[in-house]
Amino acid sequence: MTGVTAGYGPAVVLEDIDVALADGDSLAVLGRNGVGKSTLLATLMGLTRLFRGTLCWRGADLARLPTHRRARLGLGWVPQGRCTWASLTVDEHLAAVARPGPWTAERAFRTFPRLAERRGNRGNQLSGGEQRMLAIARALVVNPRLLLLDEPMEGLAPIVVHELVSVIRSLVVDGGMAVIVVEQHARLALSLTQRVLVLDRGRIVHCGPSQALLAEPATLDRLVAIP
Amino acid sequence: MAGSAERREPPRRAAAPAPRRGSLSDGRWRPLEVAFWAGTLAAYFAFPAWHVLGSQILITGLFAVSLDIVLGYAGIVSLGHAAFFGVGAYVAGLLAANGWHEPLSALGAAALAAAVAGYLASFLVVRGTDLTRLTVTLGIGLMLWEAANRASSITGGVDGLSGVTLAPILGRWTFDLRGDVAYAYALVVVFAVFTGVRRIVSSPFGRSLVGIRESSTRMAAIGAPVERRLRAAFTLGAAIAGIAGALIAQTTQFVGIDALSFERSAEVLVMLVLGGAGRLYGGLVGALVFMVAQNGLAGIDPVYWQFWLGCLLVVVVLFFREGILGGAANLAARARGRRR
Repeated sequence: MTGVTAGYGPAVVLEDIDVALADGDSLAVLGRNGVGKSTLLATLMGLTRLFRGTLCWRGADLARLPTHRRARLGLGWVPQGRCTWASLTVDEHLAAVARPGPWTAERAFRTFPRLAERRGNRGNQLSGGEQRMLAIARALVVNPRLLLLDEPMEGLAPIVVHELVSVIRSLVVDGGMAVIVVEQHARLALSLTQRVLVLDRGRIVHCGPSQALLAEPATLDRLVAIP
Repeated sequence: MAGSAERREPPRRAAAPAPRRGSLSDGRWRPLEVAFWAGTLAAYFAFPAWHVLGSQILITGLFAVSLDIVLGYAGIVSLGHAAFFGVGAYVAGLLAANGWHEPLSALGAAALAAAVAGYLASFLVVRGTDLTRLTVTLGIGLMLWEAANRASSITGGVDGLSGVTLAPILGRWTFDLRGDVAYAYALVVVFAVFTGVRRIVSSPFGRSLVGIRESSTRMAAIGAPVERRLRAAFTLGAAIAGIAGALIAQTTQFVGIDALSFERSAEVLVMLVLGGAGRLYGGLVGALVFMVAQNGLAGIDPVYWQFWLGCLLVVVVLFFREGILGGAANLAARARGRRR
């Protein structure tokens, strides 16, 4: 992604963003509320208005492709919030979207044993944490090359956060797919990823290795803490 | 990771045999479904005097099922579904009136013609939002009605298309006035088509339609070509509506221009909502209740029967917001809960 300026309607949310990601890379996107973190992911998926810049992915020009083509090229987006389908069962969520690859429904159930226990339940019969797990599992069985996680821990109980963190960490370590995590919990996100990008008012204000930023609490506070 | 998965193995095993409601893989017929179809077969022997009405109920039920694919599953609101019913009816009727008397091939031709019409229309319908779709489908229905009215030298216009004569089905069964063959023919065709629809709806394609209905952005985000799927669903719904139209033309050996009318589009929508949309059997049950009520009320009160029919609709929909089947399912769930 080079020189990207994007937004909604006439409003510009992101300005002049450059991001490059290698296979198996992991990137944390941090910043205060409303600085354009989610918009960054939405722009990758083609859900915003792209004013300028190029989106290149494994040799393909994403900017011209509709959302579903981007997903087929390997972008797996897990949107913010509860985003399951109320009237489909857990099984059906996975079966309706699965594409061939290392991630099968069975592997997803091994990763999220709670979901396996609830495979016959519908989306609206799951707890918030289970819905989040299902949303991630659903993205995984499409077998993406790049997983986009939008605030995966938001509003969840500590025990569920713990479980999700271990899953995300294993995805990052496994290296089978690149991962971008948008998070409010800065330290958690830094501990999960190799590199970090901090946004402020739609621009990149910091970019570097996650460990380095984690080692400098003062800089971190200046960048993301609410003044 | 592997360690924690291992430790959690036992509860998963224990939970697995629990009944999986409406799950994908099991295509087995549930007892209630078997009872329903056994009932339609038993009706043939139990009500020999009602075969004509019975065949119309089955066919209208199939028409409502075709709308269910479009509305209940794909979530496309349509006020012009009769367009495809009419196309099927006219294709089957015109073939039979112009020398092609074999019924089964005419059925196939009607389905094909309605599918083509549906496919072309789908490009206009799928793009918009609910209100646009409502208006576009309504407009398509009106245009076809007027076209059939104008081409009265071919279609018979408002007088209808008569002279529909059919050869015996498979060279053996000749359509009779009592409707015995009509009922059996309608039942076999409706059951066969329904079985196909049932499979499609529980396939990943069918499930993805439900996903699109509930959130199309989300569905696109995981790689489903939303517009193409919706067009496919609309085309499928049109093809089946065409089969239903052809069945009406063949069993009544007549095509009235009302096959294309707005009233028919509206009525089938009401039947589907009455029975319960998105439930596959809703269309069949809705058509049954609606037409039996219509028939019964017209007998009891020949002048003001529409009043009572309207009254029935309002009451059912108010008390069972998800139609008769949805209401029944909720009651059954509540009864189960109480027993526990």
